[in-house]
Amino acid sequence: MAAVQETVERVKAIDVDQYKYGFFTDIEAEKAPKGLNEDIVRFISAKKNEPEWLTAWRLEAYRRWVTMREPTWARVSYPPIDYQELYYYSAPKTASGPKSLEEVDPELLRTYEKLGIPLNERAILAGVEGAGQEASRGVAVDAVFDSVSVFTTFKAELAKAGVIFCPISEAVQTHPELVRKYLGSVVPPTDNFFATLNSAVFSDGSFVYVPPGVRCPMELSTYFRINERNTGQFERTLIIADKGAYVSYLEGCTAPRRDENQLHAAVVELIALDDAEIKYSTVQNWYPGDAEGKGGVFNFVTKRGDCRGQNSKISWTQVETGSAITWKYPSCILRGDNSRGEFYSIAISNGHQQVDSGTKMIHLGKNTTSRVISKGIAAGHSQNTYRGQISSHRKATGARNFTNCDSLLIGNDCGAHTVPYIESRNPSTQFEHEATTSKISEDQLFYCRQRGLSAEEATALIVNGFVRDVLQQLPMEFAVEAQKLISVSLEGSVG
Amino acid sequence: MLEIKNLNVAIGGRRILNDLDLKVAAGEVAAIMGPNGSGKSTLAYVIAGKEDYEVLSGEVLLDGENVLELSPDERAAKGLFLAFQYPVEIPGVATMTFLKAALNAQRKQRGEEELSIPEFMKRVKKAGDMLDIKPEMLRRALNVGFSGGEKKRMDIMQMALLEPRFAILDETDSGLDIDAVRIVADGVNALRSRQRGFLVITHYPRLLEHIVPDTVHVMAGGRIVRSGGKELASELERTGYREYAEEAA
Ligand SMILES: Nc1ncnc2c1ncn2[C@@H]1O[C@H](COP(=O)(O)OP(=O)(O)OP(=O)(O)O)[C@@H](O)[C@H]1O
Ligand SMILES: [Mg+2]
Repeated sequence: MAAVQETVERVKAIDVDQYKYGFFTDIEAEKAPKGLNEDIVRFISAKKNEPEWLTAWRLEAYRRWVTMREPTWARVSYPPIDYQELYYYSAPKTASGPKSLEEVDPELLRTYEKLGIPLNERAILAGVEGAGQEASRGVAVDAVFDSVSVFTTFKAELAKAGVIFCPISEAVQTHPELVRKYLGSVVPPTDNFFATLNSAVFSDGSFVYVPPGVRCPMELSTYFRINERNTGQFERTLIIADKGAYVSYLEGCTAPRRDENQLHAAVVELIALDDAEIKYSTVQNWYPGDAEGKGGVFNFVTKRGDCRGQNSKISWTQVETGSAITWKYPSCILRGDNSRGEFYSIAISNGHQQVDSGTKMIHLGKNTTSRVISKGIAAGHSQNTYRGQISSHRKATGARNFTNCDSLLIGNDCGAHTVPYIESRNPSTQFEHEATTSKISEDQLFYCRQRGLSAEEATALIVNGFVRDVLQQLPMEFAVEAQKLISVSLEGSVG
Repeated sequence: MLEIKNLNVAIGGRRILNDLDLKVAAGEVAAIMGPNGSGKSTLAYVIAGKEDYEVLSGEVLLDGENVLELSPDERAAKGLFLAFQYPVEIPGVATMTFLKAALNAQRKQRGEEELSIPEFMKRVKKAGDMLDIKPEMLRRALNVGFSGGEKKRMDIMQMALLEPRFAILDETDSGLDIDAVRIVADGVNALRSRQRGFLVITHYPRLLEHIVPDTVHVMAGGRIVRSGGKELASELERTGYREYAEEAA
């Protein structure tokens, strides 16, 4: 027992200082007045110079939202959120639509540099020297700072391939027909409390359209940063892979360390048409709160992918290490025949974090398949719940799912829970579910330490072994990063 | 090189080791034999620093330094190695990854630089060849699905790679087939040197025909009850431990 105890103590002790991204950027911001009402919704819409239909769309969502109640079914507890005490729009004053990197506020550039997200295309390319076809090795980044996108890299390169990658606020101006066609088509504005709120006040986020038959020539990535105090972040991401298209997208996020909680309620919609494939990866590292459970981001996110076309495929991979509260169920609607949905998740909770996360695989089409691999790791005083729903419609002949969800406990004060819902309306459905819960054993730790690994290194190694199947799903460039993040969120000096 | 003075150890309030004294000189191979439950593994664990054991009194000196205050990993970095009676499985961690992590962790603690990849691979190949471990096995998760004998060979391979100053082998021969005993013994013999000490715990004189010890100690009831030369092992095979039962009590 002693060794695990010691590990737990150390993990607790380092928890607070381990969060490297907790700094605040002092930059002048333009904010909407505090609180939420129809005028605020109009203010946001006007700020973005939106067409009338979108303003109306937002207002309808707002009116719906005031009649809704916050959901309480998740295994998380938190003090009531006062929605009138928040700011719903905050933008760095200097951010408005820079065309080139020279126009971006240097303070913002420094912020992203500190976060390890270079926005200088030449520097990125220099970093992958000898890469032959330069651009194909780079990663295009859309940087979102509070409510606005401050810069998007490699736009020109992507445009050559016909790929549209820009802030959604820009897409509303430049490609209104696409936005109007797809926005809210996967997560309708009435979907749930947080999604409806997002529909009313969403600020920015990324828009991706990959035309028919195009394989997106590079990884796309959005980096979200909450900076301002008491400011909710409500980003909205919309990704469309047209027939036969392929795109791989990665989302990363951090926030300053603050004593008060910050609200984040995003909506992500993915649409894959016939034979298209979307791979969506998240490395979520919002500020988790301090050792006593003070502060941290409340992360209420609705992510859903629609395999709208035949033979389409959507794959979610997430590495969740941050946030005080995580409420998140990236899902797939398997509408097209032979479509496939995948969900690979690593959710690590430590300190006083509460995670309630999982997925929904909704089999509507024939011969649709899905695969769910979830690894939950709970340490400290945290609670870690996997919640998954697998269902098949009566027309979903030949639907198959395989679910494997494993939990690993570190120490005695944390909890891991598995809540599977399985619903089958077609007799030919085959759903398989496996679940295990284990603890890092004393013997494993001692064995590793006898060979020279410190308690932290040993724990990190064992945990990395535990999550290996999922790490392998991440794009190469980020797997190493994620592995480091796992070590850091559990350990001290490792990595 | 290793000196144990008046060691008293309990677990869960129960005395396991009693006033145990033992000396192993540099360059010496000492064997420990003794009945089941006499405390041999306990001694090995206490030397290596496993928690849970309550050291009531005594010292364990490695080259004059009392290691009882050190963590298991600090002891490992000082060159203490234990080949386990039951090597542990680490799912999902490729053996190669584990070897690299262990070697570099020890080097880091000693203030040495990380090994370059080619240098590391060279050493792994050498240790692997010595213990007849195929590269394919190094790609598998450590000890997961390994046969009993493979696990033991893997532990000795780690010893060969880590080049400890003092190694304890806890029943490394049990569960090994005849050829494997020879492979393991050859591995140990190759590492024998004037600077290095070994403590070999075994039930079988057969192993001691391959790894010829300088001294043999009989452990019973948590203490060393008799010490002698290599001939003691074959004597024990004839007499058994009955005559030590009283002393043990
Ligand atoms: N964790 C423990 N809790 C309680 N008793 C223990 C524990 N570990 C060991 N013991 C007891 O201590 C005694 C010595 O055990 P140990 O494993 O050291 O014996 P051994 O000499 O290695 O035996 P063997 O030859 O069977 O391997 C045994 O009676 C054992 O039951
Ligand atoms: Mg034993």
